[in-house]
Amino acid sequence: MKQRKLTYGQAIREGLYQALDADPMVFAIGQGLWSPWYVGNSMQGLDKSFGKDRIIDSPVSENGITGIAIGAALGGMKPIVIHPRMDFMLLAIDQIVNEAANWHYIFGGESNVPIVIRSIINRGGEQGAQHSQALYSWFMHIPGLKVVVPSTAYDAKGLMLSSIADNNPVIYVDDRWLYDHSGVVPQESYEIPIGKANIDVQGSDVTLVGISYMAHEAREAAKVLHKDSISVEVIDLRSLSPLDTTTVLQSVKKTGRLVIADGAWATCGASAEIAAVVAQQGFQYLKSPIERITLPECPAPTSKSLEDVYYPDKANIVSAIRTLLLS
Amino acid sequence: MPLTTPQKKYSTRELRDLYYQMAKIRIAEEQIAELLNNREINCPTHLYTGQEAIAVGVCSPLRSTDYVFGNHRSHGHYLAKGGNLKAMMAELFGKETGCSHGRGGSMHIIDKQAGVLGTVPIVAGTIPLAVGTGLSAKLQSQSNVSIAFFGDGAVEEGTFHESMNFASLMKLPTIFVCENNFYSSHLNLLERRAKDNIIESSTLHGMPGHSVDGNNVFDVLDATKAAVRKARRGGGPSFIECRTYRWHGHVGPSWDMDVGVKRKSELEVWRKKDPLLIVKRALLSNGLPETVIGSLNQTAEAEVAAAITFAKTGPLPPKEQLLANVFRL
Repeated sequence: MKQRKLTYGQAIREGLYQALDADPMVFAIGQGLWSPWYVGNSMQGLDKSFGKDRIIDSPVSENGITGIAIGAALGGMKPIVIHPRMDFMLLAIDQIVNEAANWHYIFGGESNVPIVIRSIINRGGEQGAQHSQALYSWFMHIPGLKVVVPSTAYDAKGLMLSSIADNNPVIYVDDRWLYDHSGVVPQESYEIPIGKANIDVQGSDVTLVGISYMAHEAREAAKVLHKDSISVEVIDLRSLSPLDTTTVLQSVKKTGRLVIADGAWATCGASAEIAAVVAQQGFQYLKSPIERITLPECPAPTSKSLEDVYYPDKANIVSAIRTLLLS
Repeated sequence: MPLTTPQKKYSTRELRDLYYQMAKIRIAEEQIAELLNNREINCPTHLYTGQEAIAVGVCSPLRSTDYVFGNHRSHGHYLAKGGNLKAMMAELFGKETGCSHGRGGSMHIIDKQAGVLGTVPIVAGTIPLAVGTGLSAKLQSQSNVSIAFFGDGAVEEGTFHESMNFASLMKLPTIFVCENNFYSSHLNLLERRAKDNIIESSTLHGMPGHSVDGNNVFDVLDATKAAVRKARRGGGPSFIECRTYRWHGHVGPSWDMDVGVKRKSELEVWRKKDPLLIVKRALLSNGLPETVIGSLNQTAEAEVAAAITFAKTGPLPPKEQLLANVFRL
């Protein structure tokens, strides 16, 4: 039987649909949820299926709305807060960090916040600095938050369902550049364990760790390099917190080389953390310096000519790995 | 003071309960002040003395299934809502037996059974949470109400307005209780706002507003009862401004550590409006002998003393448990 395919956007929607359908405590709140375009097709028609009481399009009050969702979680609900641009979510940092992340610890385990805080990276399209930022590493820094960054349709659905089922605050970050990518997605409800990376491609010459959209580019780069007889092991981290350092270290032990592809800034970013872990715990495996492919250290430009050099892609990965193996 | 004649509205038993609740908070706070002075309690502690009528006036009409959220100055809210005194005291001593198992201290206290869902020191931090439990009640068709206790400083935060707007828009059963003690840390209200007009926030956000004498428990009760009735009926939120005065400095046991000379004369005026005296007068005019009031004080003192003993004798959190409870499994 031919396996069913969905796009990444449809897969998120199906995960949400199944969670809403299975548990009356689940509800979604955020800006643009009744809009046909604001969050792509990832929420389409959910307000009609489940009612505007459970799919709440909210005022432009990111911090307040996030806090209200945290409060609803304390009242027994399972909220999904949606920030249609990750940039807008910065207004809610206070509630996410001070309240959601700390809550379980500061009350000695007496209370917990089961909440999903979803945000969308919306890079490119001449949108510029305030509609494009990939800021997931900020949340990796905070004990008490889990962070997931699916790059396939399969993981987009499975991680949505596991995030909703989790008893803790989970930051779920998806990327608009992935929305039209399709992949095999089972019809039934399933969960992807949070904190577990996936080895997408087995290889022996170099470990290539991809994050979010760049995991997709990493898989594409591996295909190109395969033709050059370079055997790349591609790891899609899928979760940034907890970070699956075991899978990365085991792979580096095998290949002796590490390249990290992240569509975010290098400084204090996810790539920096992974490099630090490998330098600390896997130094003896390394045959060459750790390489990172990340954004240039400037805000996102708008003009197409600048965007073209701003966002790294598979070509940057291919070139970096060729250089690494030839040196 | 323009008092409705409380002796007609409240039975002696009710008055005695109100007095006891308030006296217990006062005695606990003054004992804690001593323990802070002696450095037996060392966490940052913001005392509630002088504001007891608000916590008791707001919490007395509530059910245990109603929720309250507090702030950095919340011992009074916790106790008035029925929070466990021993567990609170142990928390101030940083003990494993504390309500937050020694991870929270004075500023992070909780008693879920009593409906005290949490207090935190981020100004306005819990206001949206109380709106959230209001939303949760509405979505689950429950009749419980949620209270957000916050100070006059919190209305300067955007989150306050975001929360008021959403609660009103969605007609949520949340009651916003602003304890206006005229100081945010060291700064007087009129050094932070162009006008003494916090109550106008209610009009702006389309909900009833009551501005009451926060030292008069009967006034606080009247406003709260009206707000609770409205919220339980599905009529939406209300805002209550309780005008009061904190007797101690912003933090710690001193009386005027951080607010300068002006405060000394103010404090004298407000001490004459002691919220406990107002209830005591009502009790006396109801014919309760002064000796009975004395014995109520003694009972409260004994309760506080027992809590301090419990706190002192409890174990500290084990060091190997440092990393426990970052996540709920």
